Amino acid sequence: MIHSYQLNGYNIVLDVYSGSVHAVDDLAYDVINLYETCSREEIVSRMLAKYRDRPEVTAEEIGAVLESVEDLKARGKLFAPDKYEDLAFDFKNKNTVVKALCLHVAHTCNLTCEYCFASQGKYQGERALMRYEVGKQALDFLIANSGSRRNLEVDFFGGEPLMNWDVVKRLVAYGREQEKVHNKRFRFTLTTNGMLIDDDVIDFANREMHNVVLSLDGRKEVHDRLRRTAGDKGSYDIIVPKFQKLVEARGGKGYYVRGTFTHNNVDFTEDILHMADLGFTELSMEPVVCAPGEPYALTEEDKPKLYEQYERLAVEMIRRRREGRPITFYHYMIDLKGGPCVYKRITGCGSGTEYLAVTPWGELYPCHQFVGDPKYSMGDVWQGVTNTALRDEFKLCNAYARPDCRDCWARLYCSGGCAANAYHATGSIRGVYSYGCDLFRKRMECAIMMEVANAGIEPAHEA
Amino acid sequence: MEHIRTLETRDLAGSVTTGGCGECQTAVA
Repeated sequence: MIHSYQLNGYNIVLDVYSGSVHAVDDLAYDVINLYETCSREEIVSRMLAKYRDRPEVTAEEIGAVLESVEDLKARGKLFAPDKYEDLAFDFKNKNTVVKALCLHVAHTCNLTCEYCFASQGKYQGERALMRYEVGKQALDFLIANSGSRRNLEVDFFGGEPLMNWDVVKRLVAYGREQEKVHNKRFRFTLTTNGMLIDDDVIDFANREMHNVVLSLDGRKEVHDRLRRTAGDKGSYDIIVPKFQKLVEARGGKGYYVRGTFTHNNVDFTEDILHMADLGFTELSMEPVVCAPGEPYALTEEDKPKLYEQYERLAVEMIRRRREGRPITFYHYMIDLKGGPCVYKRITGCGSGTEYLAVTPWGELYPCHQFVGDPKYSMGDVWQGVTNTALRDEFKLCNAYARPDCRDCWARLYCSGGCAANAYHATGSIRGVYSYGCDLFRKRMECAIMMEVANAGIEPAHEA
Repeated sequence: MEHIRTLETRDLAGSVTTGGCGECQTAVA
């Protein structure tokens, strides 16, 4: 399967199953798109007719393009066959290890963000803070179930994890002790709204947290519209100076300033560039996922504007990179040379199998977005995963398990998409959240185009 | 005349035998 598209003056052909990316001129673009449905003679005659005003397009030249195509095909870089389907269904027979936990150290929050999937941190339940003993048992459970995996990840999540900061610090200290005993390496990460950041948080996070995710929606009026305090005041003026101080002190360690865009700001590129104006360079912005009836829900009418924004962002990022002041956008961080192997591309995030969420009471769920739904309770950190049928269901939840993905060129980039989004959109973890798919495909087109541009290849024609 | 420029990319088919260590991180591509 190939995916061919034109963007920013480039003609791009992605070979889906080899992962090869080709930047081609107009003639090659047309030839490749006809290659599987037309005979050689028909391709030559159609190209001669189409390019009759271009004297350099001769039968010999078209023949040379066809030879290049055939050579690439013979080398497995064009029209490569799908060899992975059998792999995808072998996963059910593989042993399950757990290598990542989302620790819900606080089911409470000091903001009342209107779009919060976690119901302002409570997850449709009681407010609660995780006790140290529960978190300690969660880390023991992770180590005991991690098999031969050395790299283990623990994200401190909520609600707002800084509302249980002492427990976070004690759990990190415990993890550091245990990694020496068991020859493991913990990557601790923190996701915070920033309200409680102080010098102690900055010092500790910058010493111990592999990554820190800082929630900011962009421009002040956009951010303050939905991210409000319990006293119904905006939070922008409180958190921005704290984020700036944390990032400046971080000394190049990983962080993301991450926002959510909604129907209220379909011009979200302005918000990303505002983050850059504030001095942040590692940026992410996610489309809101919510019930269609919400006033801030994205609509079908928004979609063309969102596509335009993604394209505008890509072009702006190319320009800034050439000017020596690059910014990173999380969803454009495709790595063509060293990206994930095909096993990872098929299985995706590992929710429900190697990645689990832990509630303040020690209950296990497939991921943070299933927490609070009793149908998706998987066990607890003392007994382990007891709902093995559900785990088996998630084992098979991959890029090849969804009928809707069968003909999609992007499925080895999204791995079949988010199970939680699919469940909330369709009632099945094997469905697809089609709106998210459309935006994802646009992001991948932009990301691949940026790789072509950053490789120094000249566009085929003016953008 | 160069009609097709191919970027250097990871050999995805080859990763069937070289990949699968499971050590990569679990805001994929």
